Amino acid sequence: MPELPRRKVGIVACSGEEIAEGTVTRLAALRVLHDLRPEDTVTICLPLFLAGGEGDRAFARVYPTVTIDGCEKRCAAHGTATYSAPPAGSLVVSELAAGCGLGPIEGRRRLNDAGRQAVEATAERAVALVDELLKVPRARRFTATLPSAGP
Amino acid sequence: MKRTSSETVVIPCSGIGKPFGSVSREAAYDVVETLRPASTRLVALSRLVLGDEDAREAVVSRPVVTIDGCKLACAAKMARAGGAREVRELAVIDTFRRHPKLKPEGIGELNDAGRQLARALAEEVAEIVDEHVGREGSDA
Repeated sequence: MPELPRRKVGIVACSGEEIAEGTVTRLAALRVLHDLRPEDTVTICLPLFLAGGEGDRAFARVYPTVTIDGCEKRCAAHGTATYSAPPAGSLVVSELAAGCGLGPIEGRRRLNDAGRQAVEATAERAVALVDELLKVPRARRFTATLPSAGP
Repeated sequence: MKRTSSETVVIPCSGIGKPFGSVSREAAYDVVETLRPASTRLVALSRLVLGDEDAREAVVSRPVVTIDGCKLACAAKMARAGGAREVRELAVIDTFRRHPKLKPEGIGELNDAGRQLARALAEEVAEIVDEHVGREGSDA
């Protein structure tokens, strides 16, 4: 019997370079990709959706994605939906941090303590979404109701 | 902070998978926070992808320097797609070729060589910014 490709979840971070929450999105995505769920996730570069990354667009049309945004603009979620398919799960760091009672996140080059805690909280929430998605049967995956980004 | 059309917009790569992407961001931060804070403005690539009006207005009305981490050149492409009229395209790999001993490693946190490479690249960007500032001065 042929071996089917392993199901994976695409992680799309907004990367928002202008704000410290954007740094949180990058580091949280890396934490999931490298440490927490390396076998189950791949990264998708958001700007590649528009800059000609057909492979990335195709992946996100077929496989579920989790977007991690730094602020309420939700660039990653909107960009993914616009250029590929609606994300199966989405997180917003500013909302998640507020829900966790974390102090102001500062230091877009070097995060403060609140920022580092937000990285861990965001990564944990992303992992929960990934695990949930990989449990859902293929036909239902895109319509599954996912946990909110709240605490 | 008051914004002026003589500011140079700096747009780094948003890639998170390779050290060169981290170098592009570190270089951009070096420019806008340390080397030329008064004459530069950082614009996040994701806002251009989204079509954010403020980001588009910034790149349309100001000179732009893009710093890309790989040959796909997302930052340069997005700046042009966003309506930028004057774009100087820089790539980390070109600076690395000029400084081959500064091999960047690490993504979440760059090694010392990566930070030095970023500073070298930032100084190249600062020279371009100075050209823009000088031109504005001579136009006045």
